[in-house]
Amino acid sequence: MDAKPIPAARPLPVQEIDVFTDTREVLRHAQQGAQKRSFQDWLICDVDAHHVETVNWHEMVRYIEDPVIRHQAMLFHQEKTGGAPYGLNGDAGLKYQDVGGRIPHQAGVREPVDDKSVHRDVTLTRRAMQSLGVDYMVLFPTPMLTLGLHPQPEMEVHLSRAYNHWLIDNVLKADSRIKTLAYLPFNTPREAEAMITEFADQPGVIGFCVPSVRHKALHHNDYMRCYAMLQELGKPVAFHAAYHWQDPSLATVNRFLGMHALGFAWCNMVHMTNWILNGIPERFPKLKSIWVESGLAWVPFLMQRLDDQYLMRPSEAPQLKRLPSEYMREHCWYTTQPMETVNMKALQVTLEMINAESQLLFASDWPHFDFDLPQEIYDLPFLSEQAKRNILGLNAAKLFGLDPRPVKTL
Amino acid sequence: MREFLVGPAEAIAEGGRLVVDCDGTEVGVFRLKGRLVAWHNLCPHRQGPVCQGRIYARVVEPVAPDGTTRLLAYDEDERHLVCPWHGYEFDLETGRCQGRDAMRLRPAELREDGGVVYVSV
Repeated sequence: MDAKPIPAARPLPVQEIDVFTDTREVLRHAQQGAQKRSFQDWLICDVDAHHVETVNWHEMVRYIEDPVIRHQAMLFHQEKTGGAPYGLNGDAGLKYQDVGGRIPHQAGVREPVDDKSVHRDVTLTRRAMQSLGVDYMVLFPTPMLTLGLHPQPEMEVHLSRAYNHWLIDNVLKADSRIKTLAYLPFNTPREAEAMITEFADQPGVIGFCVPSVRHKALHHNDYMRCYAMLQELGKPVAFHAAYHWQDPSLATVNRFLGMHALGFAWCNMVHMTNWILNGIPERFPKLKSIWVESGLAWVPFLMQRLDDQYLMRPSEAPQLKRLPSEYMREHCWYTTQPMETVNMKALQVTLEMINAESQLLFASDWPHFDFDLPQEIYDLPFLSEQAKRNILGLNAAKLFGLDPRPVKTL
Repeated sequence: MREFLVGPAEAIAEGGRLVVDCDGTEVGVFRLKGRLVAWHNLCPHRQGPVCQGRIYARVVEPVAPDGTTRLLAYDEDERHLVCPWHGYEFDLETGRCQGRDAMRLRPAELREDGGVVYVSV
């Protein structure tokens, strides 16, 4: 009898992934994981994903309202060589997220896109949603997350308003599964109020975002009208974290790893402390705040810390009627990413402390180096199926008023 | 376990690789210091396509006798396979994860016969 022939293995079409590799190939294992877990029947909302808005800055500046600034910006992009995006502050070259080229999708998503019927960012977002198994993806900008430090407050207004309009016209109108939390220029409260009015009912806008990197206190009286308006509209406000090397409190940190680990948590720890101790949840009990991209490990630390201190000095936080941690677990929502998983026991305690079943929202942060997959939630051994469904999508559907039925095709 | 024919051994040059699909199971075959090694294309962290990642020499930071440091350096003797999803680094020879010894790449059984490479998965 003849021996059976040995079957030939098939070489993969992509041997080494780089910045030009199609998102669907980079995330092929993610899609396989989504299919294996039958995510077709699960509503999955990704509450924090990104695009690189500076790639389209030359288009975006055409949306600047001020005719003089708009003219300057357009000339800047037509004529200036070697220039950064017009009017944008930030860390210039201090962006080491791709670990020296080790994580190509963080360095650039430069894959070919043939479909000219929609903006390139629509196609890239669709590819990511398809690969991750996501029904709705909430898109945030990237370099603009430090716009709150801009030395010209009026420039934060010009650029954020232009960005909101550009995103709606070019991306959100093209696909109802792509959403955003519109940028609020919080250094100019009156303008932030105007933007709430202007954008609340725009296509794809399901809430508002205040980038957390800023030196203005969120409890300042100037913001109370914004909070009242958001509460009245029922639109959540998200505080999206970031890092920046100019933070004096982090001035000694020399490794990006350290800067990223601390910076993304620190800005929201400071804001949350002020938010609670100044009684914002007591003043606006129906205002929904979301704390984005700080991971989760900081939350139990801050709960413990504030509870202990508050009980010794309640006269300094007279608006509170309960422990700080109780406000943090009932009035605040948290996004999962980057979910710290090395110590699973600590993660389990964290999820219990923040009441994850109702307060936790899945986020991938794609295409950043520390992105998470929906399956990280699905595979947690200590959660009930209902808790997983809530975290992956139903909590977000409730918070943002989205249809809880899955709409994707895997 | 089933055996699959990968191809001629000489097709995988020093420092090179061939990542293949064996009827749904993906394996990367690498040549390092003249020897072939084979790992499953699944990062033990989050199942990323680790064998399709870039290869770097391990980064070290030499410490002078007085305890000071000045420059980083590459240890060219230790090659790391880096998962392109999240940057987890694995010793290409041993499969060990840098910083977490217990986490390792899963080896695939490798056979070379008459200049032809086979893997069993």
